[in-house]
Amino acid sequence: MEAVLFFLAAIGALGGAIGVIAMRNPFYSVLALIVHLFALAVLFLLLTAAFVAAAQVVVYAGAVMVLYVFVVSYVGGGGESAWEPIPGQRFLAPLLGIALFIELSVAVLSSALLALGTHGPDVQPGFGDPAAIGRLLLEKFLLPFEASSILLLLAAVGAVVLAGRKREETA
Amino acid sequence: MNIEWYIVLSALLFTTGAVGILVRRSPMVILLCLELMLNAGNLALVAFSRMVGNQEGQVFAIVVMVIAACEVVVGLGLIVALFRRKLPLNVDDLRELRG
Amino acid sequence: MSATSWAWLVLLLPLLGSIFIALGFKVLPAKVAGIIGTVVIGLAFACGIGALLSLLGEDPEARHHASSLWDYASAEGLDIKLGIFVDPLSVFMVLVVTGVSTLIHLYSYGYMQSDEGYHRFFSYLNFFVFSMLLLVLAGNFVLLIVGWAFVGFASYALISFWYRRTTATKAGMKAFVINVVGDIGLVLATFLIFRELGTFDFGPAFEKAPEVFQTNEWSITAICLLLLVGAFAKSAQLPFHTWLPDAMEGPTPVSSLIHAATMVTAGVYLIARTHTFFVLAPTAADIAAFVGLATLLVAGTIALVMTDLKRAIAYSTMSQIGYMIMGVSIGAYSAGLFHLMTHAFFKALLFMAAGSIIAAMANRQNIDEMSGFGKAMRFTSITMLCGALALAAFPGTSGFFSKDEILAYAEARGGMYLIFTVLGYAGALLTAVYTFRLIFRVLPGAPCKEAQHLIDTGHVVHEEPRNPASGELEDTDVGFPGSEHHIAEQSWPMKAAMGVLAFLALVGGLVQIPGVDDVIGAFLEPVFHDSPLAAIHPTVTADWEGLGVGAVLSVLGIFIAYFFYVAQPATPAILIQRLRPLYTLFVNKWYFDELIDFLVVRPALAIGRFANRVFERFVVDGLVSGTEGTVRATSGVVRAVQNGFVRSYALLLVAGFAGLALYFLLSSS
Repeated sequence: MEAVLFFLAAIGALGGAIGVIAMRNPFYSVLALIVHLFALAVLFLLLTAAFVAAAQVVVYAGAVMVLYVFVVSYVGGGGESAWEPIPGQRFLAPLLGIALFIELSVAVLSSALLALGTHGPDVQPGFGDPAAIGRLLLEKFLLPFEASSILLLLAAVGAVVLAGRKREETA
Repeated sequence: MNIEWYIVLSALLFTTGAVGILVRRSPMVILLCLELMLNAGNLALVAFSRMVGNQEGQVFAIVVMVIAACEVVVGLGLIVALFRRKLPLNVDDLRELRG
Repeated sequence: MSATSWAWLVLLLPLLGSIFIALGFKVLPAKVAGIIGTVVIGLAFACGIGALLSLLGEDPEARHHASSLWDYASAEGLDIKLGIFVDPLSVFMVLVVTGVSTLIHLYSYGYMQSDEGYHRFFSYLNFFVFSMLLLVLAGNFVLLIVGWAFVGFASYALISFWYRRTTATKAGMKAFVINVVGDIGLVLATFLIFRELGTFDFGPAFEKAPEVFQTNEWSITAICLLLLVGAFAKSAQLPFHTWLPDAMEGPTPVSSLIHAATMVTAGVYLIARTHTFFVLAPTAADIAAFVGLATLLVAGTIALVMTDLKRAIAYSTMSQIGYMIMGVSIGAYSAGLFHLMTHAFFKALLFMAAGSIIAAMANRQNIDEMSGFGKAMRFTSITMLCGALALAAFPGTSGFFSKDEILAYAEARGGMYLIFTVLGYAGALLTAVYTFRLIFRVLPGAPCKEAQHLIDTGHVVHEEPRNPASGELEDTDVGFPGSEHHIAEQSWPMKAAMGVLAFLALVGGLVQIPGVDDVIGAFLEPVFHDSPLAAIHPTVTADWEGLGVGAVLSVLGIFIAYFFYVAQPATPAILIQRLRPLYTLFVNKWYFDELIDFLVVRPALAIGRFANRVFERFVVDGLVSGTEGTVRATSGVVRAVQNGFVRSYALLLVAGFAGLALYFLLSSS
């Protein structure tokens, strides 16, 4: 059962990823990413990370992607020309990607970390619950929690400044 | 499923995102591919957290999500600013810093 | 005060004079500079007398002192001090050098008066005296080389004193280059000495030498031959002599001081100082003696046909130094040094008188244009005659006693050395002939145009300044001779100097009359008594026989000259006709200049041209330009990476990361 779900979710994630990089129209790429994010949420659930999965769907797919959709609609998005100005880029990029994937896989599969070959230890039912995550956030990781909230504030202010109209600019 | 599978999948998604950045020219799509890579990282984090048996990896993944959100906000703001100034939305045309 | 303290003062005074005049040349009036220069050397002479008296107050065997100021270079196995060595030989040389220098400075005070470079002249002259004193007082070979090199530089600076004359600067360079060849010999000899004996200091070196070396071993012979190279270059002996006639481009006081009395005698001093080595290498000593003999004769023959007054006297110097070298090489140490002293007197005097006559001739030096100065310039001609008599070894003069003492010693040594006696007397005859050739050409007879002008008006004739050698027009600003020419009759410093030297030239020999007194020989005896050759003394009878022969030859020479140049003036032309090849050989100075040009100068220039055209262009330029080209090409390639495309940077990033991951994978497997 778990294996079936895994493969389905994996195919979904991969499909979404390939859709993102392959589609001409950026709007379609955004949509492919949303599919990818949902598949990833399923994978998180399989890994007993319930809260993370929920956050993924609500925050990522729900808020961030909506933002993307807004901007893509505003900016529009044409296709890109087929001609590649940098010599060798089109050829080298996939090659390097494959090479990197092979290396990472080799590193993982032949790793001395034997625990990788297991399911992981048995966990209590409360593993991955919001309560557990919340406790960690407010006890052990209070500082990163607060720091990331400041970061959010900064990002918001920065975005407003960046995208805001200048006074003297005519509309 | 063994944890290995998740990690290998994460590696595959990561390289896909990397290739996407290298190949696509629209800043929008490049940001999307960046999201791919971040999510792949998230997947690896959660898988390792499951392997170790505590939830610290998941907290890490949440923080990564926060950062991804901030970065998307700023990046999209940049794209809007580019659009407003009628600059070409093409990473190759913005190449004045050159040697 | 001890002898060494006097000696340090002797060294210090000329150096201070030189520096003071050099630094103050803008503020000091000319006359003051001249007075300072002369007085400083006079004081040095007084200190030399002090050293002499201090030495005489000691036991003869203890009359050698070494004293050093500080360590010059001190390392493992190496210990060079700034040290002087005071013994009868160095004090003798100090007295000769400072005494004659004082008189020459006095002469220059008058002679160089209108020259724009007056201060520079006295500064250089003082520096030269300092260097020469450093040379003779040096207590180790390293300081000797320092003094040697300084003297070479001072000679160069003074020969090319009138630096806007190309002939002068070329002569200066020639002198310097040939001197450097000698310096190389000296330096190599010092290396060998250090290697064999382990010390540079004179005292220990000479004590150790008989223990370390066998007689005629190759190492000591090599050392002596290298020392000879240095001595011959400095003393203008064959084959390193070609610089001396050209050095006459310098002002007359320079010729008088450096190229007659002091610098050229440095080689003689060197051989006398290192006589211990030469005793151990008799082959080298014999070679030196033969070279001295050859120089004696060759220079004498050239002087016979030379028409430039100063150059003729220069060749005479070369010839007389041949006598001295011969003397100290065969073992007549005190005789050779006695001749050095008397030669300083009469040769300096002859140059001074020649300077006076050349001034009267408006700086022209060709004796074919001169005559009748005997009437026009009484004082100059009388002093010149004194000098000439001494040079020709006329009975009773200083040259008479000194020259014949050398030849009598050679005879006493016997065997092969009789060659030196016989040929030495032949040279003496030649000396008398060429000396009085000059006298009889210049002094008697109807006054030439310039002399007549002098008699009529009492002033020296005034002409446009010209280079005497090439005849080209010059001006009288700095770098050229001054506008006024000063003759002895009108300048009391010149008169005083010449007068003193004339007196010394005539009576200076009275200190060494055989059988009567032996002042110099006795004084120098402690220095040389370790040499078996010094024990050979000619008997008084043999001495007087030699003196007799010498007297006869001298008078005969004077008569021959009289016959050729006064009584029957047509004879020289007839002789030249009959002996034309010989005449050509002599006039062309035995073709030494051409030989050296062919053997040394041309190959050197060819090597230089090769180095420039081939080596410099291909190898050096190739390396440098090649490196530059390579760097430029590489940087061009590297520059292409910065193309401004973000995606290509990202590609490089991913590629680098992949490479790094590969490296780590491989290294951990």
